Amino acid sequence: MKVEARLLLIIAVFFFGLTIIYGLWSKGEAAGTVMLAASGLLALVPGSYYLWWSKRMDPRAEDNPSANPSDGSGVIGAFPNGSVWPFVFGLGATLTGLAFVYGTWTALLGIGLAVVAMIGVAVESRRGGYV
Amino acid sequence: MAVITQEQVIAHEPEHEEHAEPTGILKWITSTDHKVIGMSYTITSLVFFVIAGILGELIRIQLSHPAMHFVTQEQYNELFTMHGSLMIYLFAGPFAFGGLANFIVPLQVGAPDMAFPRLNALSYWLYLGGSITMVMGALTTGGAADFGWVAYAPLSNAINSPGAGADMWIIALILTGFSAIFTGVNLVTTIFYLRAPGLTMFRIPIFTWNMLVTGILILIVFPVLTSALIMLYCDRHFGTHIFEIGTSPATTGSPLLWQHLFWFWGHPEVYILALPYFGIITEVIPVFSKKPIFGYKGMVAATIAIAGLSTGVWAHHMFTTGAVLLPYFSIASYAIAVPTGIKFFNWIGTMWRGKIEYKTPMLYAVGFLVIFLIGGLSGVLLASPPIDFATHDTYFVVAHFHNVMFGTAILGGFAGVFYWYPKATGKMYRESLGKASFWFLVIGFCLTFLPMYKLGLDGMPRRIATYSSASGFATLNEISSFGAWIIAIGVLLIVINLIYSYVVPIPAGDNPWDGHTLEWFTTSPPPHHNFYKLPKIRSERPVWDFNHPEHSVIDRPHLNGAANGKLNGVTSKTITKEKDHES
Amino acid sequence: MGIKKLLSTLKNPLLLLMFLVFITGCNLPTFGAFKGATSQARDEEKLWAGMVIAAIVVGIIVWALIFWSAFRYKRKKGDDSIPRQFTHHNIIEIIYTVIPIIIVLVVFGFTYVTENEITALKKDPALQVHIVAFQWGWEFHYYNYEGHKVNATVIGNYNAPPVAPMPAGQTIQVWLTSNDVVHGFYVPKFNFSRYAQPGFNNYFDLNILKPGIYPGRCTQLCGVYHTQMKFTINAETPSEFGKWLTEHSKG
Repeated sequence: MKVEARLLLIIAVFFFGLTIIYGLWSKGEAAGTVMLAASGLLALVPGSYYLWWSKRMDPRAEDNPSANPSDGSGVIGAFPNGSVWPFVFGLGATLTGLAFVYGTWTALLGIGLAVVAMIGVAVESRRGGYV
Repeated sequence: MAVITQEQVIAHEPEHEEHAEPTGILKWITSTDHKVIGMSYTITSLVFFVIAGILGELIRIQLSHPAMHFVTQEQYNELFTMHGSLMIYLFAGPFAFGGLANFIVPLQVGAPDMAFPRLNALSYWLYLGGSITMVMGALTTGGAADFGWVAYAPLSNAINSPGAGADMWIIALILTGFSAIFTGVNLVTTIFYLRAPGLTMFRIPIFTWNMLVTGILILIVFPVLTSALIMLYCDRHFGTHIFEIGTSPATTGSPLLWQHLFWFWGHPEVYILALPYFGIITEVIPVFSKKPIFGYKGMVAATIAIAGLSTGVWAHHMFTTGAVLLPYFSIASYAIAVPTGIKFFNWIGTMWRGKIEYKTPMLYAVGFLVIFLIGGLSGVLLASPPIDFATHDTYFVVAHFHNVMFGTAILGGFAGVFYWYPKATGKMYRESLGKASFWFLVIGFCLTFLPMYKLGLDGMPRRIATYSSASGFATLNEISSFGAWIIAIGVLLIVINLIYSYVVPIPAGDNPWDGHTLEWFTTSPPPHHNFYKLPKIRSERPVWDFNHPEHSVIDRPHLNGAANGKLNGVTSKTITKEKDHES
Repeated sequence: MGIKKLLSTLKNPLLLLMFLVFITGCNLPTFGAFKGATSQARDEEKLWAGMVIAAIVVGIIVWALIFWSAFRYKRKKGDDSIPRQFTHHNIIEIIYTVIPIIIVLVVFGFTYVTENEITALKKDPALQVHIVAFQWGWEFHYYNYEGHKVNATVIGNYNAPPVAPMPAGQTIQVWLTSNDVVHGFYVPKFNFSRYAQPGFNNYFDLNILKPGIYPGRCTQLCGVYHTQMKFTINAETPSEFGKWLTEHSKG
C-alpha cells in the first residue's frame, strides 16, 4: 500500500505548494486559491490514511513482486451477478432531476423509486442474491 | 451475489445457479458485469458521437458558403452548443472512462470485476438518463441550450436564456457529472485494491496507470463543475446573484467566478479526455513493435506531471478577461509541453529498432502521433498571452482543440476499439475496411481543420453563423466543409466494419496480436468474472513473459531487481535457459 | 541510437539561432498572421514569428523521428524474429527532459517581456475613450483628449454598426465595459482582443501606427446577433481627429 500512499501524498504536497505559489503571486485571487487548497486536502485525507494503514496492514500478494498466483488465494470480495437496483435508482435520479425542469410531480415518483432502490440494494447485500 | 475466492480465479461454470449471468434484455438492465456495462457505455457513446457528428455536418453546411441561410441564427447557436456538449460531455469522456476503461482495467489488473459493480451499473444509468435529458432539450419550446458548451454567465442566466432547454442541459450535466464521479471512485479503488498477486503498482500497464490518474483527476474536478451548475440553476430560478450583477453591491456576484469554476473543471477535463487515449496508444505501440514500452517509469512520471500541471492552468482560457495572472498561467501551460514531449519520445523509442506490424490499431496509433503533434504545438502557441490575445475565440482555437481531440479521441479511441474488438467480441474486424477508414479520417481531418488555423489568423471569430463574401473567409470554409464529408465517410466505414464483423464473424482467438498484458491471457470474450487462471507476474508484461520466456525477465532475479519491481534492460544476449510456464 | 542523440543536441543551438534572429528584429515572415497595425501588435507579431519558427523546428525534428521509425523499422515479410527488448536509456531520457525545459524557460522569458509591453498602460495617454459593449452593438464615449475633457459619443448596433474615429500615432487608452453579458472586443489587424465584462473594468492601450480602416467585431458569444455585432475603427491623423472631436463634442 506504500506506493499508493506516496502517490496521493505527493499529489497533496504538489497542490499545497501550488496553493502557496499561486496565492502569493496572484495576491490572493480567491477562487483559484481555494480550489487548489481544497484539492490538496482531497489528496491528503486518503493519502495519510493509506500511509497510516500501510504500516499496520498485513502484506498483500499484489505488493509482493515475487508472489505466485496461489498467494492470492482466499476471498477476494463479493461481486453481484446482476442487480436491478442500479437501473431503478438511475431512473429515480433522472426523474428527480427532471423535476427541476418540469415540476415537483416527477420528483415524487423519482424520489420514491430511489428510496425503493436503496432499500433493495441493502436487502440484496444482506441476502446475497436477487431480491 | 457471488463471493469470489482466488482458487476459482475466477470464471464461472454456467451450471451453478447463483453464478449464472442474466440473459437477454434482462442482461442489459440488471447486469453488473463490467464487460456488459463497458459495452453499453461504448455503444451509447458512439451513438452520441454519430449524432454530434451530424450536428457538425449541419454546421459545416451552414458555413460552406458566404451568407448561407441553411439554419437561422438561433438554430445555429443551438447547433454548435449541442455539437460541443454531446461530443465532450456525452462522447469523449464516457467512451474513454466508461466504455473502454470499464471493460479493460479489471482485465488488465487481473480482477474479477470492478470494485463496486452495482455502483458501476448506476454510473451507466445516470449517464444514459443525463444524456437523454440533454438531447430532449431540443424538443422544448425554446429549443435546446444555445449558449455554447461553456455556458458563460450572464449569457446563461434566466434573463438571457430563459428556456427549459437550458435547464435540461444543466440537469443533464449534473447527472452525467455524478456518473463520472462514481466511475472515478470505481477506477481508483479497483486499481488500488484488486490487483493480481505480483502485480505491483510499477508493473500495471500504462493504460491502467493513465486510468488511475484520470480517476483521481475526475474526483478532484468534477465536483467543482457540479457545484457550479447547481449555483447556475439557483441564479436562474431561486433569485440568487452568484454569477451576475445584482441590484445592490450586497447582492452582486461575478461573471468571472463562473469562468474560474468552469475552467478549473474544464482544463483538467480535457486531460481526463486525453489521458485514457494516451494510455491506449501506449498499449498499442509496444505490442505491434514487439518491444516493451520505452521508459516505463518516465511514462508514469509524465502522466502524473501532466495531470498535476493541468489542474494549475485553468485560467489560460481566461487570458483575455484582463483579470488573471498572466505569467503564472503562461509558464505553467508551457510546462505541460515537457511531460507530453517525454511521452512522445518514449513512444518513438518504443518503435525504435522494433519490428512494426501495421495492423489497423498501429496505423491509427502512428496517425495519432503525427496529427496530435500539430495540435500540441499549436497549444504551446496559445499558451502565450500575447498570441492568445490575437487568436482567442477565433477559428485558430477551434482548429487547435479539434486537432487534439481528433488525434486523441478519434485516432486514439478507434485504435483502442480495433485493438480490443477481438478480445471483447471474440471476432476479428475486417482489416481492409479498417485501413481504408483510417485514410478517410486522416485526409478528412487535414482538409477540415488545418484551414481553420489560417481562418483564425485571418480574423474569423468563433460561433458566428455566417460571414460575408467580402471577408475573404469563403475559400477556406469551402475546403473545410468538403473535408467534413470525407470524415463522415471514414466514420461510416468504421461503423460498417464493427457491425459487419460481428454478424459475419471470423474467430479471433485469445491473443491475436501476441499482446503483453493480462487481458490477453484469458479467452475472447472473457468469461464471467474474467480469468480461469492467472500467470506468474514478474514484469509489466506478464503475458509476453509467459509466451516468450527467452525474451523475458521471469525467474532471473539478477536481471530484474525483483525485490522492488525495478526493471533493467533485458537484451537477447543475456538469455538463459530457464523456461517457466507455471501458473 | 546515434541519430536520435544527434538530433536532440542539434535542437538547442537551432532554437537559440532562431531567437537571435527575431530579437534583432529581422524581417521575418508573418506565418499567416497580420503584420499588426499597432505598436503592441508589432510586439505580438515578433513573438508569434519566433514561436512559430520554434514550433516548426520542433515539429520537423519530431516528425522526422516518427516517420523514420515508422518506415525504417517496419517488419519485413517473413521476418519473425524478436527485436532486442530494451526498456530505457537513462542519458537520452535525461536529454529529452532537460532540453524541452530549457526551451520552455527561454520561450517564457520572451513571452513575459512581450506581454508586459502589450499590457502596459501609459500614465498620460493622448486619448481616453470608454467603449461599452451591449447586446448587440458598441458605444464609444470619448471623454479626455490631450489633457482636455471632451464629451463625444459614437454608438451603433447590428443594424448600423458604428464607425469610430481614432487618432493614429498617439496613445489611446481604452476603458472597456459591458452593459449585459460578456462580449469580446476584437480587432483582427491589431492582433488583439479583450473581454468586455459586466461589473469589471478593463484598461488597455492602443498605438495605431498608420491611418486606415480597421474592422472589428465581437468574439465572445453573446446571443442571437453575435454574428452581426461589428464596429469599425477609422484611424485618422491627429489633426483630422481633433477637428472631428471638436465638431462632435458636447459641452
